[in-house]
Amino acid sequence: MKEQAVKAAGERGTGEAAVRTIGLTRLFGSLAAVDHVDLVIPYGEIFGLLGANGAGKSTLIKMLTTLLPPTSGHAQVGGFDIVGAPALVRGRIGYVPQLLSADGALTGYENLLLSAKLYGLPREERHDRIEEALDFMGLADSAKRLAKTYSGGMIRRLELAQAMLHRPAILFLDEPTIGLDPVARHVVWERLRELRSSYGMTVLITTHDMEEAETLCGELAIMHGGRIAVIGKPLELRTGLGPTASLNDVFAHYAGGGISDGGDFSGAVRTRRTARRLG
Amino acid sequence: MLRFLRESTAIAQVELLKLVRDPTEMFSRAVQPVLWLTVFGQVLAHVHGIYTGEIGYLAFITPGILAQSVLFSAIFYGIAVIWERDLGVVHKLLVSPALRNSLVFGKAISAGFRGLVQAVVIYGIALAMHITLRLEPQAILGVLAAVLLGSGLFSTFSLIIACIVKTRERFMGIGQVLTMPLFFASSAIYPLELMPGWLRIVARLNPLTYLVDVLRGLMIVGGVSMHGLGVDFAILLAIFVVFLLVAVRLYPTLVE
Ligand SMILES: Nc1ncnc2c1ncn2[C@@H]1O[C@H](COP(=O)(O)OP(=O)(O)OP(=O)(O)O)[C@@H](O)[C@H]1O
Ligand SMILES: [Mg+2]
Repeated sequence: MKEQAVKAAGERGTGEAAVRTIGLTRLFGSLAAVDHVDLVIPYGEIFGLLGANGAGKSTLIKMLTTLLPPTSGHAQVGGFDIVGAPALVRGRIGYVPQLLSADGALTGYENLLLSAKLYGLPREERHDRIEEALDFMGLADSAKRLAKTYSGGMIRRLELAQAMLHRPAILFLDEPTIGLDPVARHVVWERLRELRSSYGMTVLITTHDMEEAETLCGELAIMHGGRIAVIGKPLELRTGLGPTASLNDVFAHYAGGGISDGGDFSGAVRTRRTARRLG
Repeated sequence: MLRFLRESTAIAQVELLKLVRDPTEMFSRAVQPVLWLTVFGQVLAHVHGIYTGEIGYLAFITPGILAQSVLFSAIFYGIAVIWERDLGVVHKLLVSPALRNSLVFGKAISAGFRGLVQAVVIYGIALAMHITLRLEPQAILGVLAAVLLGSGLFSTFSLIIACIVKTRERFMGIGQVLTMPLFFASSAIYPLELMPGWLRIVARLNPLTYLVDVLRGLMIVGGVSMHGLGVDFAILLAIFVVFLLVAVRLYPTLVE
């Protein structure tokens, strides 16, 4: 319904944390892609989720965004249970999938218009809100072009515009800056910080980029084999390991070092395809 | 209810927009029925190989060919859905608070547009071939309604299969295996009476038979619906609703 969908970011559910999981688990056959994860993310945090390929980051996000039912355990997002009240959760979140998901056959504006309708934004507000979101992401001039003519960076920005259009309380971003050039990445970071400061949005972001983790995120969790190996502020994590340790060292230490041991072929193909589409 | 309409219209609008923007697929789908009518139909009508009563063979198969092209253009619709899933578009639809019913129903309506285009093409060819069509508005509206219903039904069936097989390769395989039997085990190109008993039973279970039957009753001069239009529409509608209910349950599993 309209009322629930236009909830501003400031309006929170009943829980005090944006995300709270207890023993959250997802099995694929015998593989525990996410294995008894306990996580609390306070409102207003930019929370980074790190981990090697196949560590379970996307699977965790898919459960929190109600796309994938958990095998066991519980989770509340925006104060609502992901299994018991998925529709209420959906009205409070925005999501940018790991895959590039803007509809290339539609213009930037039309992509957002579809979202505006599905999220039940009132008709008289739609146009202004869409313009505002496009403007915010620096896409005002390309609004009337088909999304398939966008560069990878523009598509990512379009997806962010789409995900924030209804001003969700919590944004889930699965590798939103993969394949972006350094300038484009900084633009995205800047925008995310602004969303947090002006709307109090909570952001859960996965990344393989240590600079991103260090400068953008207030708190980090490193996943390994479906479990959370460690949680802490970037500085704490570094000093915890040694006086000269970099975040790369921290990652190598907790994420099992080396190349993925959990990633599968299709995951690798998918990542590569994404990278290719991004040019 | 209002919300359901708003959301399904939003989905259908987007599909319509894409169709108008890139109509190539629509036209390439129209080639096949043209061939069936102008080549296959002409030849069989000429040899008088199949007895179809008062009405000539060409008039007999015209509704059958329309039903066939509705089936063929709707059945590969699952491919598009799998494609959308691979691109992450389905993920995006499913994280929105939109009702699952609206998403599935909106897609079914958009398949209906394609069916309507096929209907226009076939009316055009049939008129050019001097096949005697019924042109009263009620008859034409009835045909269009049946085409919408049939397209929705078969596209939703296709969606169900897409949700089960999940990959394009497997879907292509199953799509080929299903469409031809559905087509031949129906009264599209020969009367049910000419079929052996077992095939007649299969044909009775085949939704395409009922679509053909409505169209035959409404589209051509002298055509009769064997089951009666009301029965045909009721059966098609019931199957459509059952398919929708199944698809609504399965659609979210596409992204798992
Ligand atoms: N639908 C699925 N069916 C079977 N196994 C799956 C499925 N989705 C994920 N997996 C497996 O679950 C594990 C975790 O995958 P996930 O995509 O969550 O990893 P990730 O941390 O996001 O990796 P990446 O950094 O490569 O994106 C992998 O071993 C993967 O093969
Ligand atoms: Mg991932």
